[in-house]
Amino acid sequence: MDFISILSIFVLACFVGYYVVWSVTPALHTPLMAVTNAISSVIIVGALIAAAAGAQADGGQTAKWLGLVGVVLASVNIFGGFAVTERMLAMYKKKERK
Amino acid sequence: MRALAGGAAALFFATPAMAASGEAVNPWVAVAYLVAGVLFILALRGLSSPETSRAGNRYGMVGMLIAVVTTLLTHDYATLPEIAVAMAIGGSIGFVIARRIPMTDMPQLVAGFHSLVGMAAVLVAAAAYLNPGAFGILGADGDILKVSRVEMGLGIAIGAITFSGSVIAFLKLNGNMSGAPILLPLRHVINLGTLAAILGLTAYFTIDQSPWVFWTITALAFAIGFLLIIPIGGADMPVVVSMLNSYSGWAAAAMGFTLGNTAMIITGALVGSSGAILSYIMCKAMNRSFISVIAGGFGADSGPAEGAEKIDRPWKRGSAEDAAYMMKQAEKVIIIPGYGMAVAQAQHALREMADMLKEEGVDVKYAIHPVAGRMPGHMNVLLAEANVPYDEVFELEDINSEFAQADVAFVIGANDVVNPAAKTDKGSPIYGMPVFDVDKAKQIFFIKRSMGGVGYAGVDNEVFYMDQTMMLLSDAKKMCEDIVKAF
Repeated sequence: MDFISILSIFVLACFVGYYVVWSVTPALHTPLMAVTNAISSVIIVGALIAAAAGAQADGGQTAKWLGLVGVVLASVNIFGGFAVTERMLAMYKKKERK
Repeated sequence: MRALAGGAAALFFATPAMAASGEAVNPWVAVAYLVAGVLFILALRGLSSPETSRAGNRYGMVGMLIAVVTTLLTHDYATLPEIAVAMAIGGSIGFVIARRIPMTDMPQLVAGFHSLVGMAAVLVAAAAYLNPGAFGILGADGDILKVSRVEMGLGIAIGAITFSGSVIAFLKLNGNMSGAPILLPLRHVINLGTLAAILGLTAYFTIDQSPWVFWTITALAFAIGFLLIIPIGGADMPVVVSMLNSYSGWAAAAMGFTLGNTAMIITGALVGSSGAILSYIMCKAMNRSFISVIAGGFGADSGPAEGAEKIDRPWKRGSAEDAAYMMKQAEKVIIIPGYGMAVAQAQHALREMADMLKEEGVDVKYAIHPVAGRMPGHMNVLLAEANVPYDEVFELEDINSEFAQADVAFVIGANDVVNPAAKTDKGSPIYGMPVFDVDKAKQIFFIKRSMGGVGYAGVDNEVFYMDQTMMLLSDAKKMCEDIVKAF
């Protein structure tokens, strides 16, 4: 993809983010932080690419190990982030109507 | 939506594998990443109400699964076992932490998780620098593309700042490090100089891609993250945590540019705006500018001499029995929880107390200030954990007009957010901050450990000395339990 297409997606996504986040109820701001934390670990894609490339180039071997460590860190975040969000959201209950 | 995602994934799997090169242009790969990005948007959209929030979280999980599976399928399979081991290690650590962590520790957990995203971004940028071929960012001349160098420089810088800043935030929130601001002489000069050096070097990186430039940027960025957060005090942490949340997003976006990956760019933009908006909300709720929070030092110079003199003013001490008696008679009680409730782990005892009151027919509501606690929404989560229904919990602007009709305002572990000086005293450091009008309630109970300490802002609170105020000097949890016993 050329730079301008990527930039367009980025700018539009910023606007989407702006409106979506303002619609989040303040009571759920902590789960919001936990879930954004989890999804920002999509950076794992980069780590997977480095890890999968292996020793094809000069710096490949080091890059592979950096990638694997990146996969570990991002996985902690993905599993931890989604699980803790799930745990928090399960606690929000409505008043029992009698 | 889930069906659509499943359908897209199925179509994608049906296309012939284009493994190995990663350069292979298959439109379905781009579509899969786009679907992942859209699912992440829906994950945040779900949080607009507690009813839709859990479905939202599932969308997020599906999105992540699609992104990971797509990446694995379109690249070399040789190292798959090692990758699987890495994911299993990280995944189980994350899962165990998420299960075990007490809800009161949520701020430090989030800060800790931010540091991991930051470090992962640093590692990815470093890997891209060492093995640019694998990331498809090599130019025809065998050098890394100039645009990619800027993206990489920014990515590693933001990632490193996120990492070291979050580590400091974690240590402060977790109590391993004093919450008091640490002020270095000339810190503004040092910080601005370091920032300028990072930007300058990133620009120079486009001309000269030698390793020293890249690693100097990295080292300076680690240093600036550390320097930026040490002068910021404990109660400004909600802003810091939100800001680091934002940075972790921008780091992901920068790497998304390098890889031309829509899922990463959309996510980065979402998370970046989310953190920025939360920082804005927090700053506004304290009537402080973002710059003044980042400059740090707030709460450093509380004058103990001044405080000592003011403590001589007359105030009334109440007992658990007084509180129990008065609240039972009341028609309407508004509870204002603050960070002290979290510290004392008083949320369960508080809910028991509220249950007793409700049995007596008292109307009980909770009022939460946007900056109560150490992260946005901190109090809401703790109350939810104690089984307080979320429709009894209200935001500042929704409940503030009700204090005039309230018989009792019950302040537990909050201080600055009920200080009328914010409305009247122009000289006060918290002047202009929106606060609860507890002084309009007929009776105020104020749980506090002792009369000696002042709030985080280091200012005395007029509410202590009002005629209708009774100070309940005790640990918040113990006091709630005593009140329950006294019913």
